[in-house]
Amino acid sequence: MNDTHISVRDLNVYYGKHQALCDINVEIPRNKITVILGPSGCGKTTLLKSLNRLLDITDGVRVTGQVLLDGINIYDPAVDVTEVRKRAGLLSQRPYPLPMSVYDNVAFGPRVHGLTRGRDMDAEVQRHLEMAGLWDEVKDRLHAPAARLSVGQQQRLCLARGLAVEPEVILGDEPTSALDPISAQHIEARLLELRELYTIVLVTHILRQARRLADYVVFMYLGDLVEDGPAAQVFAHPREERTRAYLSGEF
Amino acid sequence: MTGNRTVFTGKRTGSKRKHLEERFFKGLMLLSCLAVAGGLGAILLTVVVKGLPGLSWELLTQTPKGGFYLGKEGGILNAIAGSLYLALGATALAALIALPIALYLEVYAPGSRRAAVIRLSLDVMWGIPSIVYGAFGFTVMMLVGLRASLLGGILTLTLLELPIMARAMDEVIKMIPMELKESSFALGTTRFEAAVKIMARQALPGIVTGMLLAFGRGIGDAASVLFTAGFTDRMPTSLFRPVASLPLAVFFQLGMPYKEVQERAYASALVLTVIVLGVSLGSRLLARRLARNVVQ
Repeated sequence: MNDTHISVRDLNVYYGKHQALCDINVEIPRNKITVILGPSGCGKTTLLKSLNRLLDITDGVRVTGQVLLDGINIYDPAVDVTEVRKRAGLLSQRPYPLPMSVYDNVAFGPRVHGLTRGRDMDAEVQRHLEMAGLWDEVKDRLHAPAARLSVGQQQRLCLARGLAVEPEVILGDEPTSALDPISAQHIEARLLELRELYTIVLVTHILRQARRLADYVVFMYLGDLVEDGPAAQVFAHPREERTRAYLSGEF
Repeated sequence: MTGNRTVFTGKRTGSKRKHLEERFFKGLMLLSCLAVAGGLGAILLTVVVKGLPGLSWELLTQTPKGGFYLGKEGGILNAIAGSLYLALGATALAALIALPIALYLEVYAPGSRRAAVIRLSLDVMWGIPSIVYGAFGFTVMMLVGLRASLLGGILTLTLLELPIMARAMDEVIKMIPMELKESSFALGTTRFEAAVKIMARQALPGIVTGMLLAFGRGIGDAASVLFTAGFTDRMPTSLFRPVASLPLAVFFQLGMPYKEVQERAYASALVLTVIVLGVSLGSRLLARRLARNVVQ
């Protein structure tokens, strides 16, 4: 069977009095693309952001339960939150490049974490821009402000920036939703390549995208995890009525 | 089929009253805008027309000689230098305090009670009249045995500038999209790294604007330096000696019953206005240059 990378156990998340996630249990396989599916407001993004403790920065959030990354509970008080986030990078809905040049965006993570001691920063920047499929388009303007790139390029820059931190997990929160179809394809192609090396968890509400990318599917509805399993099985033979209804486009 | 719907003709069908109402209020708003532009124009015109006759190379490059306030020789270099020292010192000091406050409010304590209390305090401080700062500064200086001096003036002006600067910076840092903050944290930065390396950079144009706004208020204020910085005809040489300032130079000269001296008062006011205008235009250009990296 699959080697589990992230294991979510009895996870509950509350925003104030509102419960956003109820008793979530799921095992996320290593070096696969796991897609979290579901209608808006069902807790997909909350689940995703609980995986690198990005929820912590929202006001009034309370989390109970465990998220084990390689067997270590990231909500354990002894765990350093920046270490967790270093291992699990995030690609957000809309790209937000850092307010600096293209080069500095990619070099930012390695500099902050001191990753390039004894290594050549230029080579690191090039390598990660190549992995994100952006190198050829920006190699002549590495020192231009990142804000001048197109939105599609910015999203790939954010991917390169995340990869440069050398994470094990890539979290994507509808990373193609703000992009034009061509740019979206670019990102999808990159993610399919990268799954060899990384555990990827994607949130999407685009069913077709899920079918193209998913190895493993998690279906959420109103804060509950309804069903999860290998993509082929969930898409072909959903066990639950609600999953079947969603997959056939009923809501 | 569409029984009651009127045929579209492109002509106005609404009541005449609505149309008049629209024009009336538009006119009213235009009038308000004109009042602002006209007010600024009138002030500048007065200062220029009344100040130009008194303006001379001598005025800008010399310190007051004996009998300067009676219409004899000398200039206001002491006040120009004194004002620049006071305002630059206070602005630098206030920036050192205001930036950490603004970053703390947004990065460390967003939405908290503590942040609300700090913001309220700053707003109250903003509203305190500058003569109160002057009186307060003077009292404290008496207590610690400091007499009217450059240092006393700088410290008092710092208090005056602090709330303006901190709130201006706070407002621009608040405008930073939540997602940029998230992006930074998602790369595994600490709060400090996020605050200093990303938030401060993104907000840099606004931070500079806030500093210059405060500088403008500081350099133009007379009441807070009246007791705390004093006045002198000499150039500023020491932190512990009194310094002259332009607002007070205007005040003293305007109070003299001689035409030449009053002309020089307007000339001094013109110098002060030009400094403030120059700084605010310069800050705009600078802010635009700094904005090249800012993410929209």
